Amino acid sequence: MNNHERPLSPHLSIYRWPVTMATSILHRATGVGMAVGFIVLVGWLFDAASGPDVYAKFLAVMDSTIGCVLLVGLSYAFFFHLANGIRHLVWDTGRGLEKEQATASAWYVIVASIVLTAAFWWVAS
Amino acid sequence: MSLRSPLGRVLGLGTAKDGTSHWWGQRVSGIALAVLGLWFAWCLATMSGFSYAEAVAFISRPVNALLLLLLSVTMAYHSYLGVQVVIEDYVHSHGLKTASLLLSRYAHIVLAAAAVFAILKLGIGA
Repeated sequence: MNNHERPLSPHLSIYRWPVTMATSILHRATGVGMAVGFIVLVGWLFDAASGPDVYAKFLAVMDSTIGCVLLVGLSYAFFFHLANGIRHLVWDTGRGLEKEQATASAWYVIVASIVLTAAFWWVAS
Repeated sequence: MSLRSPLGRVLGLGTAKDGTSHWWGQRVSGIALAVLGLWFAWCLATMSGFSYAEAVAFISRPVNALLLLLLSVTMAYHSYLGVQVVIEDYVHSHGLKTASLLLSRYAHIVLAAAAVFAILKLGIGA
């Protein structure tokens, strides 16, 4: 059977991305990012329990350029996933689901995640 | 009129056979992680340093050890639920999907066990 002439329903590549689409996929991406962050957390705990020599290696990796980029990325992933997770909990109560409300809360989440990440590193430094 | 049997309606498990337990578990662990995660982020940001001595001193304080235990176990559970959905959405081959889900489950259990062991060792032993 020849399917080539049949019209296709519009999909991701057709739409101009609304901000709610970006926050939706970012929630999943930052969630996977936090799964990686969990590995780093366990690495920190386990290497500390393994003694000073092993811990020194962990510190060396985190002090490298790649380690710093990883940590900044993980901190952003945490704050985004936290803020958007709270947005999901509000949705679970049936509130904020109108198109305009969801668009507004998407921007709140983006701003909050950036401000919180900046505040985190400002307090840390 | 509903075509569901009275038994099916009472059990409320739906076509996936596990009802709302996955959804509910993700919410319960998510709320806990919002609190535990903010506590841990605050600790990291205000820690004097990350030398071996400072890290061990932080982890072995009883209050910190307890909260780190809760954080690690809750995070393993929440992460497992999330990664499971990602695998189910994107891995379509039945064999690869089953293998990925198994691997993810074992990996999360190993990570949780490693975290619990490390915290207890530092909190009780060191």
